[in-house]
Formats: sequence, structure tokens, C-alpha cells
Amino acid sequence: MLTFLALASVVLLGIVPERSQAIVIYTGWERHALVGSDIRLSCSFFSWRWTSEDVTFSWTYRPDGSRDSISIFHYTGGAAYVDNKGPFRDRLEFVGNPGRRDGSILLKNLEFADNGTFTCDAKNPPDIVGRPSSVRLLVFEKVPIQAGVITGAIIGVVLGLLVLIVVIYYLMRFLVARRVFSLSVSKHGKKKKEGSQQRQGPAPPADPSKVKAAASEKKKQESRKDKK
Amino acid sequence: MLLILLGVLVLHLIILILLIVSTAASAWTVGGDRSSDLWYNCMTTNGGYHCKPASNEDWLQAVQALMILAVLFCFFSLIAFVYQLFRLVKGGRFFFTAIFQILASVFVMCGAIIYTVMSPDDAKVVFGYAYVLAWVAFPLCLISGLIYIVLRKKE
Repeated sequence: MLTFLALASVVLLGIVPERSQAIVIYTGWERHALVGSDIRLSCSFFSWRWTSEDVTFSWTYRPDGSRDSISIFHYTGGAAYVDNKGPFRDRLEFVGNPGRRDGSILLKNLEFADNGTFTCDAKNPPDIVGRPSSVRLLVFEKVPIQAGVITGAIIGVVLGLLVLIVVIYYLMRFLVARRVFSLSVSKHGKKKKEGSQQRQGPAPPADPSKVKAAASEKKKQESRKDKK
Repeated sequence: MLLILLGVLVLHLIILILLIVSTAASAWTVGGDRSSDLWYNCMTTNGGYHCKPASNEDWLQAVQALMILAVLFCFFSLIAFVYQLFRLVKGGRFFFTAIFQILASVFVMCGAIIYTVMSPDDAKVVFGYAYVLAWVAFPLCLISGLIYIVLRKKE
């Protein structure tokens, strides 16, 4: 058993560094934004190696309906280089933290022409083999409501209120029964019990089932005390 | 007594069926070869029958929610009726049943009113059978709820 474990661990340690040479890059899948607003496109990566000082991030942009990509951002050697000639000049800002493996960029003052696909590529030498990841940007004049959100919200709120009312109703019934119990314990004589029952009479709402439930509980407690 | 009970139960079942059909059928607005709302917009072209999901507008989602809530509350009231039929003390009233039924009728009314007010005004477009069923179900549901308030379990 022990030899098997030792063999397995050696094999795993042998395999894992081979596979781990691939770097995995994470961006969103799709982002929705309003015209004129700002949006932060996030990009981070996973790598088995420590974050190197030569880590690089680069973003490229491909407009909707076009087949060419244009490079808009590059971070290398500790310095960020933003677009100063292309479609995003003066609108792009680097807000990432390369030390924390975050290469996010901020796009300001969005226009309808910014609809398209943004691709992030990160490299962490010597871990350089990996697939770039893309996020699609959709710019709206008015952010549309997703189907079923309002429906679900209304149904959820009403059913939640119903459950709450039922719970409160049963809680009140339980508390009233408990108060009846404590009254009959503190006052010993039968007369006092009758008095408390009479006082109980007009007070609760005219629900005969409730009074009967309270009366049956009192009878049960009386029989328990008799047994003692 | 048994006849009254049977009549009330049959009325309740009819209301439940009307509500379910009105909610499920996508025929609140019909016009020529197309029928739309609450869930699908369907069109019969010479190729065939094409459906796409109904619009995401907030008022339409509110009508969907209110109709579903009406069906649910009518169903809860049916269950409450059967439960109270066996568990109620002699001479008691069917309060739970009545409350749920009246709430269901209020929801159907709100849904039908919202749909009437907010549905877009097109020339060739008429209200369909599901819309009519919703308006028919509302007074029936209200009457049924009032009957439950008045009804008493026999001594």
C-alpha cells in the first residue's frame, strides 16, 4: 500500500510539471454596457509558476463584422503601453495589478462603434503556452431587462409574504397557548383557572377552533400535572 | 347540503381550469394569422408555424407573474377547501379558502387590467380567447370566494 502511494506520488509529480506548462487565461464571456458609460474588462490567469517579473499582458480588439484585430494594450517589463493612435486613444486606462496576476483595462465613454470582441493574452515566462481568452462587448442605448426577471421577482415576493404570514400566524397561536400555560401554573386554585379561562374568552379573535385548541392544551397540561 | 358542496366544488374546478387555460395558451392577442402573448409570438406563414418568445417588456412580465400567482392561489384555495372540509369544527366558516380565492380573483383582475391598458394599439389586432377567459374567470372567482365566506359547515 505504501509503495503504491509512493509510486503514485512520484508519477503525479512527474506528470504535473509537464501539463502545468499551460497557462490558463480568464476573462468574462460577454459584457453589456450603456452608451457613454465606462466598463472594466477583467483578465487574469492561472499558472503553476510564480509570477515572473517579465509577465506580459496584451489586449487586442476586433470590431463586429471585421476580420482584422488591432492591438490596443501591452504591458511588459513593468510598464503599461496604452493605445495612442487607434480607436481607443485617450479612452483606455490600465487598472490591473500584474503582481496579483490581474491585467484588467478600463474603457471610458463607450460608443456604439466599440461593439466587438476583446482578446486578452497573458504570458508568465517560462510558462508561455496558453490560449488567449475573448470577451464580447455589447453596447446598448438602454440595458434590456432579461426575460423572466420581473416575473420571478413578483412571484417570489408574493409567495415569500404568504409563507411569512403563515409562519407569523402559527407563531402567534403558539405564543398565546404558551401564555395560557404560564398563567395556569402561577395561579394554583381551580377558581383562578376558571377566571383565567373567562378572561381568555373575549380576548382572542372569534375563531372557535383556536379557543378549542387552547382549551384542549390546558386540559392536557392539567392531566399532566394530575399525573405528577 | 351535499348538493351545495358539490356545486361549489365544481365551480371551483371550472375556475381553476379557466385560469390554467388562460395562462398557458399564448392567445391574448390574435390578428389574422398570428397570435401572441403571454409566452410566445407565433405566426403562421405559408412555410409553417413559427414561434419566438414574447417581448421582454416589464408590463408583460408583470401580467405573466400575476396570472401564475392567480393559478397558484386558486390551487391553494382548493387544497384549503378539501382540508377544511374534513378538519373544520361544526358551524365554522371556510375562511382560508375564501381568502385564497379572493386573492386569486384580485390577481386575475390586476393582470387583465394591466394587459388591457398596456397592450399596443394595432389596427388589425383583436383580443384573443385567452384574454376573454381571464376576464370571465375574474367574476367567477370573486363569487366563489364570497360563497366560501358565507358557507358554514353544518352543525
